[in-house]
Amino acid sequence: MMSESLSMIEMRNVSKHFGNVIALNDISLKVHAGEVMCLLGDNGAGKSTLIKTLSGVHKPSHGQMFVEGREIRFKSPAYALDAGIATVFQDLAMIPLMSITRNFFMGREPTVGWGPFKRIDWHYADRIAMAEMAKIGIDVRDPSQPVGTLSGGERQCVAIARAVYFGAKVLILDEPTSALGVKQASVVLRYIAKARADGLAVIFITHNVHHAYPVADAFTLLKRGSSLGTFRKDAISREEVLNMMAGGAELESLDAELAEFQRDQGAASDSSASSAAHPGNGTPLTSG
Amino acid sequence: MNTMTQTRSPNGGDERITAIPFWKKALRRPELGAVAGTILVIAFFLVAASGTGMFTPAGIMNFLEVSAQLGILATAAALLMIGGEFDLSIGSMVGLAGIVIAIPTMEYGWPLWAALLLAFACAVLVGWVNGYLVNRTGLPSFIVTLAFLFILRGLAIGLSRLLTGRTQIGGIAERIPGDWFAALFSGEVGSGLFAWLAAHGWIGTNFAGNPVVTGIPVSIVWWLALTAIATWVLLCTPYGNWIFASGGDANAARNSGVPVRRVKISLFIFTALSATVFASLQVMDTGSADTIRGLLKELEAIIAVVIGGALLTGGYGSAIGAALGALIFGMVQMGIFYTGVNTDWFKVFLGVMLLVAVLFNNFVRKKAMESK
Ligand SMILES: Nc1ncnc2c1ncn2[C@@H]1O[C@H](COP(=O)(O)OP(=O)(O)OP(=O)(O)O)[C@@H](O)[C@H]1O
Ligand SMILES: [Mg+2]
Repeated sequence: MMSESLSMIEMRNVSKHFGNVIALNDISLKVHAGEVMCLLGDNGAGKSTLIKTLSGVHKPSHGQMFVEGREIRFKSPAYALDAGIATVFQDLAMIPLMSITRNFFMGREPTVGWGPFKRIDWHYADRIAMAEMAKIGIDVRDPSQPVGTLSGGERQCVAIARAVYFGAKVLILDEPTSALGVKQASVVLRYIAKARADGLAVIFITHNVHHAYPVADAFTLLKRGSSLGTFRKDAISREEVLNMMAGGAELESLDAELAEFQRDQGAASDSSASSAAHPGNGTPLTSG
Repeated sequence: MNTMTQTRSPNGGDERITAIPFWKKALRRPELGAVAGTILVIAFFLVAASGTGMFTPAGIMNFLEVSAQLGILATAAALLMIGGEFDLSIGSMVGLAGIVIAIPTMEYGWPLWAALLLAFACAVLVGWVNGYLVNRTGLPSFIVTLAFLFILRGLAIGLSRLLTGRTQIGGIAERIPGDWFAALFSGEVGSGLFAWLAAHGWIGTNFAGNPVVTGIPVSIVWWLALTAIATWVLLCTPYGNWIFASGGDANAARNSGVPVRRVKISLFIFTALSATVFASLQVMDTGSADTIRGLLKELEAIIAVVIGGALLTGGYGSAIGAALGALIFGMVQMGIFYTGVNTDWFKVFLGVMLLVAVLFNNFVRKKAMESK
């Protein structure tokens, strides 16, 4: 591959400690321009910590990071944004009481005028925010509506539209599709494909194999803060990815447990029917 | 909630809302409660204090001046509260700033402008230290600035006694004439206009033929100017957006690239500066400084800001609301005097008003967040 030499973003032997918790342990990772890297791993594996380190939220305890081959040290997320790295955080980084437009341009406000009369160009900002939201399939009635009044999925779409709009070189998405409907999720996947076509490096976290497999070029598996390796898509099947995500064996045992649960439920409804004469004596059903 | 369960039309349009009614937009403004409160208070005193001279030009200037002094503090306190922090050291800063103006002038023969500059420099330092400690320790600003409430008051009293042997320093009035900087904090504006109005019989004149109101006290000009600037900053500038963001969720703001620490430090500096403006106006007006000046002003400023619709938890509020809060405060304080009710009742009235304002704001905000 021609692009193999040009890595857009790279981590070299990065570790991150929180007190005595080792959240990341000696991670090395390379994402090229025009490549989608999918991060896989259990809850608490360190995926969010990894991308927060890349986006300047955390400073690495050890190791180096590079953008386009140049070493970078981000003092804050603002520096990462300046370097062209835009992130959709798992918690979305939205302010509920602020309007859609204010959230969309938070920290990157478009201005007109000069000197002390420099002001936000609200017309332009509203127009862009509405247009970008329309592209993702949400049509905004009123861009001055507080984000707190949006549904969870709509809110996620604001965060994604914002990152896509501002991501110049690297786009990082931490479980962006977790709250989305089928239509919006497919739009997000199309966005990822488009970002790749535009030559961005994309890092994408999801627990959904149907979202991960179609768009990813490579998969990196994290477990308890360490990397278990990076696999190119042509070297791995959808089932293998699924196994890596869920730990394979666990799904099989889950099947067995579900069957068990259904039997229990059947028994419980039988018993509650038979004990109808003694209310309050039923079997609890809420143990799942 | 009922609007959320319906579906979108298939063509991508949204039939759930045809147009946003004006009143729902108005409900979203933080100062709505304060507007209603202002109208209520004016109506109340128009009746209760009718014929007492409260609403004559001179009476209006009277309560406006009270409102203006508090309003100057409230504007800065509003920005800070929207930015998610409190400054309880404002009142003590007023006392300290007065001393810092008076001692060099009266004891060491400094020109007034130099002493004023020194006071403003001290304010920048105090604000910076407050902000730095809050940022650095992550402690609630309530605690950090409470410490400075005592430290600054103690410094004012201690320094004053150490250097002059007194806690009151007078005689500053005669140093004002001819001082370019002091001129910003003393006297009246628009005397020509008022003389003209009086000459045309638009406002009354006293026995000597002078207008009953000779001009707008400079404190009112400061108040209006600061409110206008703060409103402009909040609504129209990136920095204003950063203030809302920092107060709404500091972490989310930082992750979105907002320089939260810088915003907060600058806001603490602004509150200390506003306290110094207040002190300068008071020193020029009375010709003296006193170490106990500004007592409880931090709480009065917070009351005005909250009446103005700001959220104590940050991220929501307005400078216009704070100005209206200060206006209500001034009107009630002076109005009680005009109505002849024992002024002891002022504090009861104030407390009740604060409670009503908070309840009303709470109600309005819930409505606003429901109305999509
Ligand atoms: N700020 C922090 N302070 C202390 N520990 C932290 C901090 N952030 C993360 N951790 C710890 O680091 C580990 C990895 O967390 P992380 O959020 O990266 O997991 P994740 O892979 O994103 O999980 P999920 O799939 O649930 O989002 C967890 O054990 C967590 O408790
Ligand atoms: Mg995570």
